[in-house]
Amino acid sequence: MSNSFSQVGTNVRKVDGMALATGGSLFVADLAPENALCGRILTSPHAHARIKRIDVSKAEALEGVYAVLYHGNVPRVLHTTAGQGFPEPSPYDTVMFDDKVRYVGDRVAAVAAETPELAEQALSLIEVEYELLEPVFDPVRALQPGAPVIHDEPDAHVVIPVHYEPQRNLAALVETRVGDVDGALAKCDVVVSGTYVTQYAQHCPIEPHITLAELDPYGRVRITTSTQVPWHVRRIVAQCCQIPVRRIRVVKPRIGGGFGAKQEVLLEDVTTMLCLRSGQPVLLEYTRKDEFVSSRTRHPSVCTTTLGLSKDGKIQAIRMHMVLNTGAYGSHALTVGSNCGSKVLPMYPCDHIEFKMEGAYTNLPVGGAYRGYGATQAVFSVECLIDEAAAKLGRDPLELRVQNHIRSGQGSPIFKALGEGTEGVEMTIGSCGLPECISRGAEAIGWGRPREKSGRKARGVGMAILMQGSSIPYVDMGAATLKLNEDGSFNLLIGATDLGTGSDTVLAQIAAEALGVDTDMIIPLSSDTDVTPFDVGAYASSTTYLSGNAVRKAALMVRHQILEVAAEMQKCDQEKLTIEDGRILGGPMELTCSAVALHSLYSHNQKQIMATASHISEKSPPPFAAHFAEVEVDLDTGFVKLLKYVSAVDCGTTIHPKLAEGQTEGATMNGISYALTEEYLFNEKGRMLNPSFGHYKIFTTADMPEMVTIMVPTYETTGPYGAKSVSEISINGALPAISNAIRDACGVRLTQGPFTPERVAKALRG
Amino acid sequence: MIPIQMEINGQTIEMEVAPDLSLLDLLRAVGVASVKKGCGEGDCGACGVLLDGVYVKSCLILAAQASGRCVETVESLGNVEHPHPLQTAFVDAGAVQCGFCIPSMLLAAKSVIEEYPEPTGDQIREGLDGNLCRCTGYVKQIEAVQTAARVMKEEDHE
Repeated sequence: MSNSFSQVGTNVRKVDGMALATGGSLFVADLAPENALCGRILTSPHAHARIKRIDVSKAEALEGVYAVLYHGNVPRVLHTTAGQGFPEPSPYDTVMFDDKVRYVGDRVAAVAAETPELAEQALSLIEVEYELLEPVFDPVRALQPGAPVIHDEPDAHVVIPVHYEPQRNLAALVETRVGDVDGALAKCDVVVSGTYVTQYAQHCPIEPHITLAELDPYGRVRITTSTQVPWHVRRIVAQCCQIPVRRIRVVKPRIGGGFGAKQEVLLEDVTTMLCLRSGQPVLLEYTRKDEFVSSRTRHPSVCTTTLGLSKDGKIQAIRMHMVLNTGAYGSHALTVGSNCGSKVLPMYPCDHIEFKMEGAYTNLPVGGAYRGYGATQAVFSVECLIDEAAAKLGRDPLELRVQNHIRSGQGSPIFKALGEGTEGVEMTIGSCGLPECISRGAEAIGWGRPREKSGRKARGVGMAILMQGSSIPYVDMGAATLKLNEDGSFNLLIGATDLGTGSDTVLAQIAAEALGVDTDMIIPLSSDTDVTPFDVGAYASSTTYLSGNAVRKAALMVRHQILEVAAEMQKCDQEKLTIEDGRILGGPMELTCSAVALHSLYSHNQKQIMATASHISEKSPPPFAAHFAEVEVDLDTGFVKLLKYVSAVDCGTTIHPKLAEGQTEGATMNGISYALTEEYLFNEKGRMLNPSFGHYKIFTTADMPEMVTIMVPTYETTGPYGAKSVSEISINGALPAISNAIRDACGVRLTQGPFTPERVAKALRG
Repeated sequence: MIPIQMEINGQTIEMEVAPDLSLLDLLRAVGVASVKKGCGEGDCGACGVLLDGVYVKSCLILAAQASGRCVETVESLGNVEHPHPLQTAFVDAGAVQCGFCIPSMLLAAKSVIEEYPEPTGDQIREGLDGNLCRCTGYVKQIEAVQTAARVMKEEDHE
């Protein structure tokens, strides 16, 4: 089927590639006017404290300081920074500045000054007296009676009907039950169970969060910001600053990576308020330390899972109890928690399933959206336990997965039970290339080949199978506008947010395919709330699948209009006409899109050929993947050397194969780095001890294993030209695949990431 | 304030700078946008420049230290109309995702090829070790350096 495409499936040049490679002024910091004030935020040195007294007068009096904000001079508007659609599933537990601080790094005050030095000086002149409160750092303890209450303010609340009990630090709760798990487990021949712990991690976009706010001569605020969600930024800034949406224009230029961190609206409200108060342009950016401490993280988790199997290897029952640590604020707690179940449990269809997720407030950094979004945390336990069950049954873990995994045409009660914090949508699997992912991945890793286990170094292999989703059904919406120019080119205006992924290119390819023109003829412009139509933004693996469908619809409408005009010009039957490479074929005249544009703009019955289309999805078709790892464990030091890693992925049609591979390789490497090295270290007062790349190790070229990426083509009929999502899935595999490989190599089971030499050596010594 | 003079991409500048101003902050202040600040601590490698032809991290060098010397950034490699083979290879390999780390990585790659005209994978991995990229997984960048090295060698022969 994919053979019939002319643009889809080709590696066209990424539309912004050369501008980026030649160092163009494309990022927020490059676009700030010279006179922009420097914004800085004062953060809390304490994990849990009440602000008894704050005096900003000396800072305000400092020459060159234009604005100082703190809880006493800004509106108290409860909101969530989560950057989700409205009404948000995350609790309204945040205000711009509060009289209480809830973690080391929480906001206390902000200033705007002429220079960075003056801004720092102004921060140092703010006098704050704190009343220290008892902190709680352990999520399980936080949920127990008698724990310090982090959100004791009376106005924290939820805006959708979900369970929320801040008085016992419960930020989110999800429970669902299918069948009778206890009864089924009692009849199972093999029951395996374990508690798996995942750690804090940061997205580490190489460009930290940064926002520029400027007033235009009409009194409107132009916010140029490094965001994944321009429309949510506009709505949430309006909410927090109490100004109308119509006064705000949000522009997303090129942004230096996001990975979920930039779904959060972290700087835009403060920057806008500083701009409004000072009347000056303000640039506010996080340092790398701020990015680690005060930005957002992957929710750490404690997950206890039980699998029950009959002796023939069939999985009969699954129980999962997940405790997520959401940190000081409940951003994405409910939905990441819900996705722990919905993106993992359907993999193994069975009649008896129990899922419970509790999201606990603690006095630690705040969780948020992070590529993988709950699947990363939950799949660790399930995929390790599959190997444990295989060992008990004396079965090959690969075969056990093949016997049990979901297939095309199958559904899962979990799809209906678990949505975005509330009920989900019933779904059966359409395309599923998982069998081929498994067989091709196994071949690439040499599955079944004996590995050397002699001496002090032992080799082993492990695998994991994965699924994700493509957009949030009936919730997410993307829209596109396409218009024809005189030279036969088209402006493609899209709300969709390219955060470096290449979505501008992919969406241009989809438009070109639908129109019958070359991708060079498409001029994409994305993410400007004054200019382009709406899009929820870049999250939930939605852009190619959801926004891509909107683009395809708009392009087919424009194509119809072109052919209508072409038929009128030639006085022929429109049905006979088609467009190929920008030429109108099938009629008596030799016409091009350019000729049609000139005719429709200047000659007769003049009109602008253009169309706008929106798309919502009825389902969230999962991409699938099989990951394989080969490791060498040093039995003396516990050092795990990752020798080879194979990611075999079914994302439907790859619209742009190199970009799809790039998404897979980037996500895989991030997952590997998380599994082996990345973690937050805290002192006993809740202060992060390693907020720098020098002490928080992310993988470099020197650490890379041999990487093999295999794209397994399938065709998802509901996707644009057969495409599903690709961006998130491959971050999830490394934790279980490497844990399984270590188990294969030396017999020990690592249940807590990262698998540092210290942890492995400790496990080896029992 | 310290008077300095340096050549940036062939243009001589003379100015007075604070003694603690980094070369990175100076370059950005005079409008060289390709040099990026990802950490300011010498860890991320987004601020790399060639100082008298040697690849360095500009956040770790004081502007005053660079006085009397010659700074090259990615603007000196090529432009959109006439890109350097490395720039073409990076874009065509799919090695540019968000692109924030790329200008600096291209300069590191140029240094690698100058040292090893036919670099092995290991030589490239060693040469790019100081350049963090969170988007790509580095696979396509290593491919791109090898492609560019081949192209540059062919161009040398012509």
